[in-house]
Amino acid sequence: MNAQEQKPFAVVGERLPRYDGADKVTGKAIFGPDVALPGMCYGFILRSPHAHARILSSDTSRAEALPGVYAVVTAADLPPAESADHRYARDNTFASDKVLYVGHAVAAVAARTPAIAEQAARLIAVEYDVLPAVTDVLAAMRDDAPILHDDMRTHSLAGHGDKPSNVASHFQHLKGDPARGFAEADVIVEREFHTATVHQGYIESHATVATWSDDGAPSNGALTIYTTTQGSFSVRDHVVWLLDLPMSNVRVVPTEVGGAFGGKNTSYLDVPAALLARKARRPVKITMPRPDVFLATGPSSGAVFRVKMGATRDGRITAAQAELYYAAGAYPGSPVGSGANVMFGPYVIPNGQIDGYDVVTNGPRVSSYRAPGGTPANFAAETLIDELAEKLGLDPLEFRLRNHAREGDERLDGGTHGHIGGIEVLQAAQTCAHYTAPLTGPNRGRGVAHTAWGNWGGRSSCALNVNGDGTVNLVTSSVDLSGTRTTIAMQAAEALQLPPERIKPSVGDTDNTGYADVSAGSRTTYATGIAAIQAAEDVIAQMRARAAALWDVPVESVAYARGVFASGADLRFTFAELAEQVTGSGGSVGSIANVDVAEWGAGFSTHIADVEVDPETGKVTLLRYTVVQDVGQAVNPAMVEGQMQGGATQGIGWALYEGYAYNEKGQMLNANFLDYKIPTALDVPLIETVIVEVPYPQHPYGVRGVGEPPIVPPPGAIANAIYRAAGIRPDHLPMTPAHLLEKLGVIES
Amino acid sequence: MAIVYIPPLMRDLTGGRDKVSVPGNTVAQVIQALDTAYPGVKARVADGDHLAPGVAVSVDGVIARLGPRAPVKAGSVLRFLPVIEGG
Repeated sequence: MNAQEQKPFAVVGERLPRYDGADKVTGKAIFGPDVALPGMCYGFILRSPHAHARILSSDTSRAEALPGVYAVVTAADLPPAESADHRYARDNTFASDKVLYVGHAVAAVAARTPAIAEQAARLIAVEYDVLPAVTDVLAAMRDDAPILHDDMRTHSLAGHGDKPSNVASHFQHLKGDPARGFAEADVIVEREFHTATVHQGYIESHATVATWSDDGAPSNGALTIYTTTQGSFSVRDHVVWLLDLPMSNVRVVPTEVGGAFGGKNTSYLDVPAALLARKARRPVKITMPRPDVFLATGPSSGAVFRVKMGATRDGRITAAQAELYYAAGAYPGSPVGSGANVMFGPYVIPNGQIDGYDVVTNGPRVSSYRAPGGTPANFAAETLIDELAEKLGLDPLEFRLRNHAREGDERLDGGTHGHIGGIEVLQAAQTCAHYTAPLTGPNRGRGVAHTAWGNWGGRSSCALNVNGDGTVNLVTSSVDLSGTRTTIAMQAAEALQLPPERIKPSVGDTDNTGYADVSAGSRTTYATGIAAIQAAEDVIAQMRARAAALWDVPVESVAYARGVFASGADLRFTFAELAEQVTGSGGSVGSIANVDVAEWGAGFSTHIADVEVDPETGKVTLLRYTVVQDVGQAVNPAMVEGQMQGGATQGIGWALYEGYAYNEKGQMLNANFLDYKIPTALDVPLIETVIVEVPYPQHPYGVRGVGEPPIVPPPGAIANAIYRAAGIRPDHLPMTPAHLLEKLGVIES
Repeated sequence: MAIVYIPPLMRDLTGGRDKVSVPGNTVAQVIQALDTAYPGVKARVADGDHLAPGVAVSVDGVIARLGPRAPVKAGSVLRFLPVIEGG
């Protein structure tokens, strides 16, 4: 066989340009803030200036009287809550009795212009009884901490707490006998880590336009929402839940998305815009100012970790133990569960215990952020892994390899590892150009970190319609955050055995597509790709049947290969020829596949960082950075590399720059992109990538999720490089110059 | 009979047993059977007709989206886990 014949795929694996690329670089693409409707007015949300306060009274009369104002809404306009979760979601839309963070919405105004709306909102008189606030997770757990929710009791499988607490829940994973494991260890390391709250930092703000059908009875009419979101159906479900509407009466049209990273899984503006539009009897647009994005949308948790690990002289981990404390913000729901899964995820831990705590604090309720909860947990664990390797005199990658899990090994949560490629990733890292190159010079060091990330499957839908000229329209309900309409179309083209330019993909809305979960959890190319393949296989089956009918031969005799249907030696149709025939007689061919993918392949990633630390200023310069990752099968390697580089860049920001700064009143001090620094091209070297392909057997082409794993290892890799460069082990994120200078003894804490 | 792995924080109810077998064709029926055999289980894993907030259940290694209504086969393996989300 020659190399061409050995290639398993015709389309999958090619570096094709994105279908949406030209529109996005030329400004033609329609993003959330671009949407405008005839007769539209503008909404503005009044937010709390206090981190914790009781609302004593609220007077909207002056706002309502201002010329140009069409509507004012508050929590009183929302239907009553029916459960605790419902109440939390309702109160996070508009505070009812208490505000729980600076930026908490208390009212909204719709007016003829944005300026009038804001002016009117400032006329709303809210009287507060200011209460003590707590933003630190450990402080929130103290007995004397201000209590956010008087009715909250700690939920745990050990039972419910008997007094009010900010600890919403506690869970525990336990395997073997940790005490015995530590007794068997020759080396034990133990540290505490603190990591700051960080934001996803998407460049496009949140924006929504809501409009009701004007049938004379708007309260019973149909609502249409144009919004920037990771999931049109999740927005629909949220709006239906909070406004008590029939699902069929709410249509959500997703726009293009200018960055999300988990932060647009949650709906913030859609319900206020819908309430205002109903009251104003005209379309309402709300665009969130950047400070409000920081203050009032969900960042990731600030967290504290207490971690202990032990190993024998021959480099075997005997025991590991960790306590994870995650700040959830105002309402429960931090990603502490997935943080626990990442903690020692890649390794065989014979004796281990993890305790996770979800703690409410006076901050915005956290949301998902790319591999939610994983990055800070990995920083803590991989620092100790590195320290163990150093104390045992082992190469850090070799130590990880000796302890790495294989298929069938039991995890700490009781589950077992599936078909994973973590060992192949570590081996590729050992032999890559970066790791084998020497690093010389003073104050320089090289560090590595390694992670497992679970990924996701979930519900997806894909429709294919064959046109008379043999082209195919593909419509998916999965919002495209990163080029997924291209990777989904490539899988459809592969299954249809057609050139990719014959497929025209688009993203539909909730009225014209099947259900899809949010585009999150690294699931879209994987799960929606499976839907596309199933729809394509059904299209081919229908086309074979139609060819058989036209030829009057048994369908079993009709073969299909490389775009040609054939039966016997004489009967032959190209795909386009048959498409023309069937569209002209008997109706066109189309198929929709709805899937709920229950199994998926975990992703593994190893990062290598070279740094230089200035011992006088504490500044860290990244000299070289490499990402090695198992992606199963790269559908489009160029886009895979983009995900690996983008994820690593965000992780670098988490490592070195980013963090919410609060004062003692719980007010955020850096709610803008001048004071909240994210990495730019000047801060990050060209990130090298090594794609490892260990196919996942449950996907027809071996695909695994790609987007989340690369954000996880950067802080660990950089911290371990800093240790090699400067002899100090950072234990705070971000690893600012001030933190490093404290560790170096140059300045005092 | 379904096989249920008992989380460490609930083993005070099962006399320290980390794995038990109970009948049931749905997760709800398994929880009810657990509660009959080991009183108190239901109060910890369920909230009325729903799973308790933050609690998920896996059946044969797959998170049961239907929660208490998820089907259970003879020999199925159930685990109670914290809820996980993706970004």
